[in-house]
Amino acid sequence: MRTAIVAYGGAIHQATPHPAGLQLSDGRVLGEEAVVWLAPFEIGTVIALGLNYADHVKELAKELTVTSKDEPLVFLKTPGAVIGHRGFTRRPRDATFMHYECELAVVIGATARRVSRADAMRHVAGYTVCNDYAIRDYLENWYRPNLRVKNRDTCTVLGPWLVDAADIADPHRLALRTSVNGKITQQGNTADMVNDIPALIAYLSGFMTLSAGDVILTGTPDGVVNVDVGDEVVTEIDGVGRLVNTIVGDDTFGI
Amino acid sequence: MFSPSLAFDAPPYRLSGVVVGPLLNHAAALAALGDAVRDAPYKGAPKGPILYIKPRNTLAPAGAAVTIPSTCDELEIGASLGLVIGRTACRVDARQALAHVSGYTLVADLSIPHDSFYRPSIRFKARDGSCLVGPRVVAREALVDADALALRISLDGVAAQATSTRGMVRSAARLIADVSEFMTLRPGDVLMLGVAFGAPRGRANQTFAIDAEGIGRLDGRLVAEDEEGPA
Repeated sequence: MRTAIVAYGGAIHQATPHPAGLQLSDGRVLGEEAVVWLAPFEIGTVIALGLNYADHVKELAKELTVTSKDEPLVFLKTPGAVIGHRGFTRRPRDATFMHYECELAVVIGATARRVSRADAMRHVAGYTVCNDYAIRDYLENWYRPNLRVKNRDTCTVLGPWLVDAADIADPHRLALRTSVNGKITQQGNTADMVNDIPALIAYLSGFMTLSAGDVILTGTPDGVVNVDVGDEVVTEIDGVGRLVNTIVGDDTFGI
Repeated sequence: MFSPSLAFDAPPYRLSGVVVGPLLNHAAALAALGDAVRDAPYKGAPKGPILYIKPRNTLAPAGAAVTIPSTCDELEIGASLGLVIGRTACRVDARQALAHVSGYTLVADLSIPHDSFYRPSIRFKARDGSCLVGPRVVAREALVDADALALRISLDGVAAQATSTRGMVRSAARLIADVSEFMTLRPGDVLMLGVAFGAPRGRANQTFAIDAEGIGRLDGRLVAEDEEGPA
């Protein structure tokens, strides 16, 4: 089963896929572009992984003082940074390097506290796609990655669908890719995660209780490139979804 | 199961669960780092506000017990004024920033002590129940000056630190302006003004309290992890 949360006709609805686009829980069938897509679940704590793909570690190696063998590199985000499918992400005028990151998002469904690796996957409700933008111009060497780089309004895109865990046979064997204006710029496979999903849930739940709605953004592989105003960025994970986002400029925000 | 139930979780002060604090906002804390600020890995003082998040699993009401993990002896007890946002703040001017605050509260931000601010593990700051908020929210109008508030921290009833919100790199208004430049602050969000330099450390079986005139006293106690019982 896959579900979305959309705004339509003055209310917020749950929706499911339909050959014509999507169907609201009240029966109405609509085209994909007729609704406003919100994040597909009520968002709790947003937990993100840095450098969780071996090739991305290599790509950013010159910035590193840690190796991928260290503790998982985790940072947090606030729900306010999140937007849904077909949303608009702001690129500030002064930015010179703003890049997407296609990531498998693991949504927690049951309270997880000090769970073992073996029990971890029982706490997963499902999966969705995340495009977690970064603006590297704002990177500072304090509490990296600082929130000004990674926790900006409109810069964490989630959706379109929350796909039940039961419908994904192996979340560690999913091809993922990003295209900018139709040209593929990033490709990878969740098989290449440094810390896999059970390892992350076991690690995190060792010091912080995970609750339904918390989401783990599992990191991105090699292949991040700069995006510009007007670009359409599509992050896609086979079997999970195809998440569309458009970059807009400061003008849109009256800046 | 840990269950956040904040005593003041009632309109108009319902908290959103978002609690964010700035690193090294106290000028003395930054100064204490000395030349290290210029050297690797930092290579310069912070430019923007550097923030950390106390996620919802950390939130606990006044009076709560905070567990100290078996892997360390002490927790650092960071005391901060909490700015409770009342009106959505997006790219606000510092001159109007305080109008977005509905009230003030106290925050006890408990951390596992760590020396590096480069890329510390979130396990130092994101432990369950490591952020006490309360005991109440006072209306903005009730506090004369958020940037000149005396804070007293005690351990087992004995004075451990006397500090104030004076001497911050960013005042309350400036902090709201600079944070809201990139992340919108929403009603119920709590923005810490910043933990004072020289935060005391407490051990298991100690009690602590943060006192601020006009706001009240935020109590807490420290317990060893194994006293908490099974998961």
